Amino acid sequence: MKFRVIWKKAGAVFLLFGILVIWELAVNWTDTPAWLLPAPSDIFSEAQASYPDFFGHVLSTIYLTLLGFLIGSSVGFLLAVILHILPKIRDTFYPILILSQNVPIIVLAPLLIIWLGFGILPKIIVIGLVCFFPVAIAALDGLKNTSSELKHYLNMMGATKYQLFWKLELPHALPSLFSGLKISATYSVMGAVISEWLGAKTGVGVYMTLASSSFRTDRVFVAIFTIMLLSLLFFFVIVIVERIFTKWHTKGVDKSESKH
Amino acid sequence: MKVSIDGVYKSFGHTEVLKDVSLSVNEGEFVTLLGPSGSGKSTLFHLIGGLMTPDKGSIFLNGEQVNGKRGLISYMPQQPSLLPWRTVLDNVLLGQELSQKPEIEKGKDWLRKVGLGDYENSYPSELSGGMKQRVAFIRALLSPQNLMCLDEPFSALDELTRLEMQRWLLSIWEEHRRSILFVTHSIEEALLLSDRIYILSQRPAAVIEEINVPFSRPRKEALPFTDQFVAYKRHIYDVLKHEV
Repeated sequence: MKFRVIWKKAGAVFLLFGILVIWELAVNWTDTPAWLLPAPSDIFSEAQASYPDFFGHVLSTIYLTLLGFLIGSSVGFLLAVILHILPKIRDTFYPILILSQNVPIIVLAPLLIIWLGFGILPKIIVIGLVCFFPVAIAALDGLKNTSSELKHYLNMMGATKYQLFWKLELPHALPSLFSGLKISATYSVMGAVISEWLGAKTGVGVYMTLASSSFRTDRVFVAIFTIMLLSLLFFFVIVIVERIFTKWHTKGVDKSESKH
Repeated sequence: MKVSIDGVYKSFGHTEVLKDVSLSVNEGEFVTLLGPSGSGKSTLFHLIGGLMTPDKGSIFLNGEQVNGKRGLISYMPQQPSLLPWRTVLDNVLLGQELSQKPEIEKGKDWLRKVGLGDYENSYPSELSGGMKQRVAFIRALLSPQNLMCLDEPFSALDELTRLEMQRWLLSIWEEHRRSILFVTHSIEEALLLSDRIYILSQRPAAVIEEINVPFSRPRKEALPFTDQFVAYKRHIYDVLKHEV
């Protein structure tokens, strides 16, 4: 029983650790050269060695990620609210929202640089484009799928449209809004790295490009692991904020789980 | 506070739902609409709530015509319809919030009065079905509007809880009289609770009989077993039998 509890809580950590061990052993046994695939221990010591230089890159990426995420998800949320309030426009705009996700970022990004230069604006647009979509779709669905029974009650009580939105639709949309934010948060780090590939002075993306063009595979992996770690960290921040804002939701879920 | 509905007609497309329905609720009176399921009782509530307007006829509140005006009644639906993200106290105050500043102390007092004082800060998911309906009733009671419309509020509850809730509603209502328009399809419930009963026909609904319930208040627990009660019950049953 106790073992099961530990496994449930820390199973992912064990699994990850297991993969790293197998990786380490496999590289040692087959004598793979480090430029092809470095062992995790090599990556780790490289991370320690290049930390002073690397840290600045990480900070710059975090800054870009946060800024892009905040702007992107705010735009996504506002867009959802506007489309929700004006259902006639919604049907016109919904396909365009989806199409916006079909433009390959790799192709769009150089264009943005041609149009807007090497400043922060094209980078924010790239991250924003990646971030706004999950938030907009999730929020739109959350706003739309309000329980008809609660809506009926408020209508019978004479609630105005404004009251209906603030007292019912918005709080109802919060759980699904947070689902969207979690997806966006993980995407935003990738978005930031991609935007840095296209002409930035600092950032994990820059570090990564330099490392891979000089066959420093160990450094590429340092960058990859950093991106993973940042995404994870970011994800958990959103989870914590979500817990605070939707206490009722998690409380209800916990209760129904313990009943079974 | 007097509500009267005067010769109201309503159709949806070719389906006639209400046909010349007239009824009234006086100040502090408990009036029940009794009819077969699907007889247009809910449509009548939607008209009174102002969500729709009648095709013909009028709805008067204290002599003023209020066809299609919203926010004039307080409402308790079949499902408790509590907002799951609000605590019990905040749910109770919701009705007030829509039209005025909520009276927090009054809400707390009422919750204590009905034995839900300990659940003030709980969420609806932590309450039982009967408790939720109590909260929904207190919410309707605290809403500032004078007429309370109760739409089959106990029909989703199990038999025992329903009996308990009927007694509970009676005890509170007999102490704090408000005008109530109550919808049900249970003959016994109608007789037990109301001052007056309107029996509605099958669709299109029309009032086929009006019954003045003679039982004195406060109503005794043994009332449903008295001969007079059974006689009334049989009479209503006979009237309704021709409708189903």
